[in-house]
Amino acid sequence: MIFSVAVEVRPLEGIANPEGLTIERALPALGFTGVRGVRVGKLLRFELDAVDEHHARREVEQMCEHLLANPVIERADIHLEAVGGTQ
Amino acid sequence: MTDAATVGVLCFPGSNCEHDVVAALEGLGAAARIVWHSDSDLSGFGGLVVPGGFAHGDYLRPGAIARFSPAMGALSSFAERGGPVLGICNGFQVLTEAGLLPGALMRNAGMRFVCTTVECEVVSSSSVLTAAVPTGTVLRLPVNHYEGNYTVNAEGLAELERNGQVVLRYRDNPNGSTGNIAGVANRAGNVVGLMPHPERASSALLGSADGLRLLESFLAAVANGAGASRAPRVAS
Repeated sequence: MIFSVAVEVRPLEGIANPEGLTIERALPALGFTGVRGVRVGKLLRFELDAVDEHHARREVEQMCEHLLANPVIERADIHLEAVGGTQ
Repeated sequence: MTDAATVGVLCFPGSNCEHDVVAALEGLGAAARIVWHSDSDLSGFGGLVVPGGFAHGDYLRPGAIARFSPAMGALSSFAERGGPVLGICNGFQVLTEAGLLPGALMRNAGMRFVCTTVECEVVSSSSVLTAAVPTGTVLRLPVNHYEGNYTVNAEGLAELERNGQVVLRYRDNPNGSTGNIAGVANRAGNVVGLMPHPERASSALLGSADGLRLLESFLAAVANGAGASRAPRVAS
């Protein structure tokens, strides 16, 4: 099956996120005064061919562990959606 | 130091300080040679340096892709045998991503690229980079980075302090690093990473020659044959 995968990589709780702070300080200048807790991470999207959702998830978890996220400073949330059968 | 073993200086696509490292080491009388990252045979080197730059474009995270290069597997084995390994700037990032050094290097706290000369204090002599430099020595060294904010959690920091693994501290923190840390070593002290560039502080003409004291210490470890000669030999 083909899965559409989105991996959301974000800074761990308690890890400083200077990008987020900078954006948070800029928004009030545009009149957006109610914003709190901006955190900047990254989003990776790709397609994955796997036998089922269980295997797809395990494979993506391993990708996160070995490359996509650095566990010292980041966590990864995986979103999977089946989009079709194997070609 | 005429009989010093040769130092291998790794070069990845995007490395840009490899020639500076070779020049500084040669200036101290050592032999040094640049090694392309796809070379998985690092036998014959007495020490290894991962230089500064932007290995593999710093894509994903600085050092994240570089650690999969064939030379890094050989470097890890060399480090496990106790061989002296030094990571400078991007090389420090590569060594943390490879798990050879604790912690991680994040975007500078001020969201600015820093390019200046800073004062660093040697706070531990239990590493190949600082063994020959007395604790308390203050060195003037250039920094040149956007992602040098050394990050480690509270327990990790306590452990580093307890084991004397913090080897260099900024006197005036330029990037938000936890504990003002400019350089750390692994538990054994044979693998060291630092954000400042000792190879650029290699002549009074360049503003400082203080980096040579660190490189001399590293070369002394290389000359002592830390690593290679002490490697357990398997009888065949």
